[in-house]
Amino acid sequence: MMSFARLYAIATAILFFVVASVSIATIDVYEFENSQQEDDFRILVQELRCPKCQNQNIADSNAGLAKDIKDRAYKLLRDGKSRDYITNYMVERYGDFITYRPPVTKNTWVLWFGPLILLVVVVLVLVLRKRTDPKSQGSAHITDEQKQRVGALLERYKQTGEKDTVENEDQGVGQKGKK
Amino acid sequence: MKWIRFGVPLLLFVVMAAFLAKGLENDPRHLPSARLNQAIPEFSLPTLDDGAVFVTQQDLKGPLLLNVWATWCPSCRVEHPMLNTLAEQGIRIVGLNYKDERAAAQAYLQKYHNPYSAVIFDQEGDLGLDLGVYGAPETYFIDTKGVIRHRHVGVVSDVEWERSLSAIWRSLAEEKT
Repeated sequence: MMSFARLYAIATAILFFVVASVSIATIDVYEFENSQQEDDFRILVQELRCPKCQNQNIADSNAGLAKDIKDRAYKLLRDGKSRDYITNYMVERYGDFITYRPPVTKNTWVLWFGPLILLVVVVLVLVLRKRTDPKSQGSAHITDEQKQRVGALLERYKQTGEKDTVENEDQGVGQKGKK
Repeated sequence: MKWIRFGVPLLLFVVMAAFLAKGLENDPRHLPSARLNQAIPEFSLPTLDDGAVFVTQQDLKGPLLLNVWATWCPSCRVEHPMLNTLAEQGIRIVGLNYKDERAAAQAYLQKYHNPYSAVIFDQEGDLGLDLGVYGAPETYFIDTKGVIRHRHVGVVSDVEWERSLSAIWRSLAEEKT
């Protein structure tokens, strides 16, 4: 029987390929005056979110509304409007929700900087823990008595070759001594 | 240090649970209207009855309800009797027939009764886009100056009307005097 982990991995891989192939979005039959305009359009349809089908951009969505927004964006581009102008134009109508790149405001502050703050906090915690954790100080914490015992054991091992004796003596110290 | 091992996950859990609990109450489809407290955008569109008669933003001085509807929209069918009732009470309702077919829309109104004082025929969804409509039905509350004061997304049910919408309407209607 296939293990759950393996099944899960295969399912994830399949899902990944499906999603990847879907997101190679089709540029519909729009004609452009130059490649700059085409690039602008491509970026716009990726960054504008479909208000109807909320977790898709308008490039991926087949909803009628997504088509309308695409058409309007295309028309404005052909009229010589800039990408920023069109984004603002849509935000005026549909709110910040429409863009996948929301402006930094009081409401979106956490969204923009939350992950960074979390990262800094985690790094700080890790650094501080590393510093105060006695286990991470390594072999410096062996006492003199322990060192002597290790030395004595090694000596005995060299002379007699009796491995068993060494391991039976004291598992923990014996292993450290072998390093 | 033991309290960290226990306390941090607990704290994370509580914070996440609080956010998720709050999220349960939100309907993600109810987006705030970006057009709130702004005048109706400029437009010039034909009426449903007569393609030669045009309506503009100048004609939409309230108080009135601007109701976005279409024959392809099942929820519109659900709210239609309520619109009829409201119209009978003397509330002026202007229809915005959104991305629809003229003949089908006319037949629909004949069959289910026409509560609208006028119906704007927006076949391409142009005014819809300018208003920020993302689905039908939507109902806009327009004041005497033609400013959008409230947007209701979804069916105008008698429950919703009693609970909140009638109060909004009354405050708009009283401004007239």
